[in-house]
Amino acid sequence: MSVLRCFSFSRGALWCVTRPHLQECTPTSRRLLSAMTQVVPPILSVTPCRALVDEKFKVLVENLPPGCPVTVRSLHHSEDKDDWEAYGHYVSDHSGVVSVSEDLSYGGTYTGKEPMGLLWSMRPVPGSRPGLRLRKMNVCTPMLVTISVHSGHEGFRDQAPLASVLTERWYMAPGIRRININEQGVQGTLFIPPGPGPFPGLLDMWGGGGGLLESRAALLASHGYVSLALDYLGFDQESENLEFKYFETAFNIIKDHPQVMPDRVGIFGLSLGSLVAVTLAAYSTIVKPCCIVCISCNHYYPARGSTVTSKFEGVTRQLSKARVNEDNQVIWKDVALEFITDPSNIAEVGRINCPTLLVNGCDDQNWPTVETAEDVARLMREAGKEHLLSRLAYPDTGHLIEPPFSPHFRATTFVMRSSKEKVILLWGGQTKPHSDAQEDSWRKILSFLQFHLYCGPNLKAKI
Amino acid sequence: MDRKQCCVKLSVQPSRGLMDEKFIVLVQNALPGSQLTIRALHQCEDGHSWEAFGHYTADTTGTIDVSEDPSIRGTYSGVEQMGLLWSLRPIPGSKPGLRMRKKNIQTPMEVTISVYQGHQTEGFADLVPLSGVVVERWYMAPGVRRIPVTEGGLTATLFLPSGPGPFPGLLDLWGGGGQLVEYRAALLASHGFASMAIDYLTSKFTMETGKMVDNQYFETAYRVLQQHPQVCGSKIAMIGLSFGTSMTLKMAIYSEVIKLSAAVCISGSHVQPVEGSVEEIMGFFQKNAGKTRFNEKNEAIWRDLLLPIPTDPSLKADVGRLQCPLLLVVGEDDQNWPAQESALDIKEMMARAGNSHLLTVLSYPNAGHLIEPPYTPHARSSTFKTVEIQEKVMCLWGGQTVEHSRAQEDAWKKILFFLRENLYGDRNPTLFSHL
Repeated sequence: MSVLRCFSFSRGALWCVTRPHLQECTPTSRRLLSAMTQVVPPILSVTPCRALVDEKFKVLVENLPPGCPVTVRSLHHSEDKDDWEAYGHYVSDHSGVVSVSEDLSYGGTYTGKEPMGLLWSMRPVPGSRPGLRLRKMNVCTPMLVTISVHSGHEGFRDQAPLASVLTERWYMAPGIRRININEQGVQGTLFIPPGPGPFPGLLDMWGGGGGLLESRAALLASHGYVSLALDYLGFDQESENLEFKYFETAFNIIKDHPQVMPDRVGIFGLSLGSLVAVTLAAYSTIVKPCCIVCISCNHYYPARGSTVTSKFEGVTRQLSKARVNEDNQVIWKDVALEFITDPSNIAEVGRINCPTLLVNGCDDQNWPTVETAEDVARLMREAGKEHLLSRLAYPDTGHLIEPPFSPHFRATTFVMRSSKEKVILLWGGQTKPHSDAQEDSWRKILSFLQFHLYCGPNLKAKI
Repeated sequence: MDRKQCCVKLSVQPSRGLMDEKFIVLVQNALPGSQLTIRALHQCEDGHSWEAFGHYTADTTGTIDVSEDPSIRGTYSGVEQMGLLWSLRPIPGSKPGLRMRKKNIQTPMEVTISVYQGHQTEGFADLVPLSGVVVERWYMAPGVRRIPVTEGGLTATLFLPSGPGPFPGLLDLWGGGGQLVEYRAALLASHGFASMAIDYLTSKFTMETGKMVDNQYFETAYRVLQQHPQVCGSKIAMIGLSFGTSMTLKMAIYSEVIKLSAAVCISGSHVQPVEGSVEEIMGFFQKNAGKTRFNEKNEAIWRDLLLPIPTDPSLKADVGRLQCPLLLVVGEDDQNWPAQESALDIKEMMARAGNSHLLTVLSYPNAGHLIEPPYTPHARSSTFKTVEIQEKVMCLWGGQTVEHSRAQEDAWKKILFFLRENLYGDRNPTLFSHL
């Protein structure tokens, strides 16, 4: 007769029971027999069990003995086959309850009262490859996170969990349509909210890391925007005009879509993507974005004779002189600062004529975004455009400011596009303040977009 | 395209929820004071369309919050956070006698919620909404495992909660219509109970042999559940509705094998020939079929078949012998079974026997027979076929929609609490080993 389940609470003894079948044991029933325990496990619940990635959840553990030390842990197996985890140490109250939303974590990957700490403080499990970054490439399926509760604090991993539940975190709300775009030379993925529309539109671009990241565009569509995640680093563009044309065409694909309000299309860019946003807004005679959001803004735009992407190539060649810290992490910020101090190397942001939101981290080690934001503010002020500019700057926050509850990466491996060399880039930021910044900025970004794209000054009231 | 219309924003949170979870429907950016209709549309597995709607007026900020603002009229009125679900009814022109039941519980129920300009009452299909979203409603939480069970000749499905367990077990029985009805068991598993939905009237065995199952069938189900490595064998309960109640009481009181920690009996009765087989009990009801009445709509009322409650003890399950807590759920407007009269008699019998401390009765005025998980649309009547009568009848279940829906919500909360108390509540285990 096998003993199948043993739980040890720190207070209690080992409770473990087997009980024979009530009738006579035949070989068959002995085979069918399984041990039973009289121990009743704690009840773990995550509400809601299915949510969008920017929605909060409540993790509750009930039915514990009172004053019982437990560890609540999250585990995620990524698409790249790495394991990410977070955990907090708790002690149950007099009624045997641990509420992650209400109670303090005494230690783990986060401390204090952190309802979402089990997500944003995730990091690769011990023994993982270094320099990992968590990104979901397939946004049609949810991110699966297992939340479990374990006995004790130290060495909690040595025993099987007391209880566990699976929770789904989605980038796409139900009813969103995902459409591959490959027209007029433009490549990307379009996300359309459910409903008749028409909707405001957004051109969404990530940074110099390349590849097509759909996660933010899918999430923006879940908030009611027709969003195009644009693939723009895979191409050999020979002339600047051709490349500008690429972005203008992409913008117009959104603008001309039958379900989009043509005068309510904005641009959302992070890092190199924000450079595209800024230059389109400043220089394009073809497209007029309704507003732009620039995360970790980049306004490096030397001598008009080269494209955004080749400028980036040029920069990275020069960045090979960049400093490497004692952890062998490459810091681009200081070298880049030298480039942008030359006024002929920066975009004429004073020409921007639409509301602009800049979001940056003050501990950005990858690009001098603090100085950039200051510079943009100065230039727009000098051009009389200060009223168009809003800024969000966050202390101890790094370069990769992503949607809320995404884990923070202080440094990750990065493949240099030209040389294919793998380096570890330092992005910066400390996990807790960076995560707070992600949560706060996302809320404000959505509010900014809602204000300018959903209920802008053009609204005419009808009696 | 009207610019003003484009700006109305509709959101439902959460957009993916369990069937018994509440959601918040929010309209924003509407013109202050404007009249709007919020409508829900669902196409069920049988291809029928169901709709619900409420008429609202946007406040001074151009907002409507369905959880706080009243619907002036529609398929529901007043402040009804979940009215868009429980007041769903077949669209005009649909076949009569429909009832919404999901067979495939591995996919969600999809509901499209839209907002329309003005106060609309019909012809929604020809109108363009201002905004619309899709909401998913699930019977199964992520990680819940669905396991078909054929062991021991059973036709059943086991739903295991996610996690290592062990979990308390639950046997889930429906009524005289037969079939393997899984949705309640799936939902109960999502709340931490290893739940086995059992087909005991139209099982593979019965369909092949023409014979009805008996006590052994239920005892086999109990044993299979008890022996499952992830089930806590000493914490098993049974939940039955309608004829399922008869079976639950029969097993709880008379089975030597089945030892329940708790029993939930919804819309049923203890009136049955004691010592009767399942077949004989069914036959007993059939014998009284002549007492069927019909209302002015020609809907069949079957509550009189078991009335008056007999005084002869051989015709009533001896509830005085019950040793586990019993929760009775009664709709006072039940037109199909005399649940209220039975509950009163059960109470008396248990008081006389001295075990009434085990009894809890939830009795709901104006609730009907089909007391289902919350937000299930109320069917006052529907076409029905029992395994005994081979033709479809329009059956009157009873209940008034608003009160019935409230009863479903309240009863479910209390059922979950009752199950949790009795199946999860014991933290002082006794240790015994027969190694």
